[in-house]
Amino acid sequence: MIRIDNLIKHFGRTKALDGISFNVNKGELFGLLGPNGAGKTTTVRIISTLIIPTKGKVEVNGYELPKNASIIRNFIGYVPQALSSDGSLTGYENLLIFAKLVGLNKRDREKKINELIDLMELGDFSRKLVREYSGGMVRKLEIAQALLHNPEILLLDEPTVGLDPVSRRSVWYVLLTLQKQYETTILLTTHYMEEAEALCERIAIMDHGKIVTIGTPQEIMKQTGAKSLENAFIVLTGHSVDEGGNFYELRRVRKTARRLQ
Amino acid sequence: MREGIFMSLEESEKRQEGYNKSLSSKIKKWINDSLTLGEMEARRLRHDPTELFTRAVQPVLWLLVFGETFTRIKAIPTGGVPYIAFMTPGILSQSVLFISIFYGLALIWDRDQGIIQKFLALPVPRSAFVVGRTMGAAVRGLSQAVIILLLALILKVDIRWSIFSVLGTIFVVVLESAFFSCFSMILASLMRTRERFMGIGQVLTMPLFFASSAIYPISIMPKWLQVVAVANPLSYVVEILRSILITGVYDNMLLHLGLLIVMILVAIIIATLLYPRLAS
Repeated sequence: MIRIDNLIKHFGRTKALDGISFNVNKGELFGLLGPNGAGKTTTVRIISTLIIPTKGKVEVNGYELPKNASIIRNFIGYVPQALSSDGSLTGYENLLIFAKLVGLNKRDREKKINELIDLMELGDFSRKLVREYSGGMVRKLEIAQALLHNPEILLLDEPTVGLDPVSRRSVWYVLLTLQKQYETTILLTTHYMEEAEALCERIAIMDHGKIVTIGTPQEIMKQTGAKSLENAFIVLTGHSVDEGGNFYELRRVRKTARRLQ
Repeated sequence: MREGIFMSLEESEKRQEGYNKSLSSKIKKWINDSLTLGEMEARRLRHDPTELFTRAVQPVLWLLVFGETFTRIKAIPTGGVPYIAFMTPGILSQSVLFISIFYGLALIWDRDQGIIQKFLALPVPRSAFVVGRTMGAAVRGLSQAVIILLLALILKVDIRWSIFSVLGTIFVVVLESAFFSCFSMILASLMRTRERFMGIGQVLTMPLFFASSAIYPISIMPKWLQVVAVANPLSYVVEILRSILITGVYDNMLLHLGLLIVMILVAIIIATLLYPRLAS
């Protein structure tokens, strides 16, 4: 579904991505795991057609980027790390605008919006302004927005950062449902070990713009001889996942976390 | 199986065909997308219209305080009309300018929230984002026009009320909002942070206003300022509105209108090219 080969991205003099390669298979739940500043967000933004790679090959569903960006947008759903639902509109309105933009006609629109409201268990809240939602509800609404055009691939950047444990689990449940019941291919980034372990079939561990290793959580632990993914990470990178990230990256994560409270 | 919220094979094939859409259906989609984005702006305003009123305070004060006072001293050559009538179209265009030029702030706010990034990952043409936003700006601009015209009615300003003048004013206000909101979006795409944008916004509004024919005719300005005023789109807007609402003299109106429309098209193209910068 997604094929990435020797992808390089420079921002000015900073090397955000230093030649990474990986594939995500159809129907797979794949995780990019690493500290802030490892290059996870950059990778997702490139696949989401938002930024243009400096070098390397990116192929989504057989179409190459950046040439076919406008075609690729038809089958990806993207949920950025920041809270991207419009707080000044109701949940229903957020869904309605997206449904119109992706070209659903009036009949399909109502049907699909109601189905998604049910799936995400938003219920009566859909008529309330999003700024009154809890963090977990905003995340679920955002995922619903990204699903309106039936994307084959769902891209999520730190989907549970800043969420309380209960909300986190409800987001996990939604993602697993999407993958198992609807065969959606999911690529997510995270810096939570337990999230990677609980959700992802395969993980790519990233550090300083490079992929350190790729495999199932069990394979990675076996490979490093560590008992937990957390220890495996330390063995592979020489530091813990909490270290890392510059001022801006940390500020971005904290800002999202604050808004979710 | 992918079912329920997900599409059937038939739908999927339909979508594949959709990639090679005909020009007419592309144009139809573009118009629909622009209207939807305009609708989003209108819905936002309906939930919280505070800004429409706070932005109107300054122009209202100009008309009430400055206008009323300068009408008494008759210091400015107005071509025979009372000064307050001369300046009403100027203040009307000023109020639209003020609300439009800070429109880019909403863009930066949306960028900080990730809304722009999420929209840019949708299958929607880039120019529809810009045009949709200008529609939102037009709704805001029209609200200001209503407030100023109501005030002019209360102050008994001598306006040529007619269907033509009202429709003409709406049309010109929409054009003015479109130009200055595009201009603002260009600045927002270049500046990308609130602090820098506010700085440059403040720097630009006053010169745009004073180097125009809003509150005095261009002929009494020093030579160098006249050059600036003639290049200033706000002057065209003021002149057209003044023709429609006050003087009834339409000598250069088509020329001014033509120039304004060309400037808008150029601004839309530049804004469209720069818009994706907001995603990074």
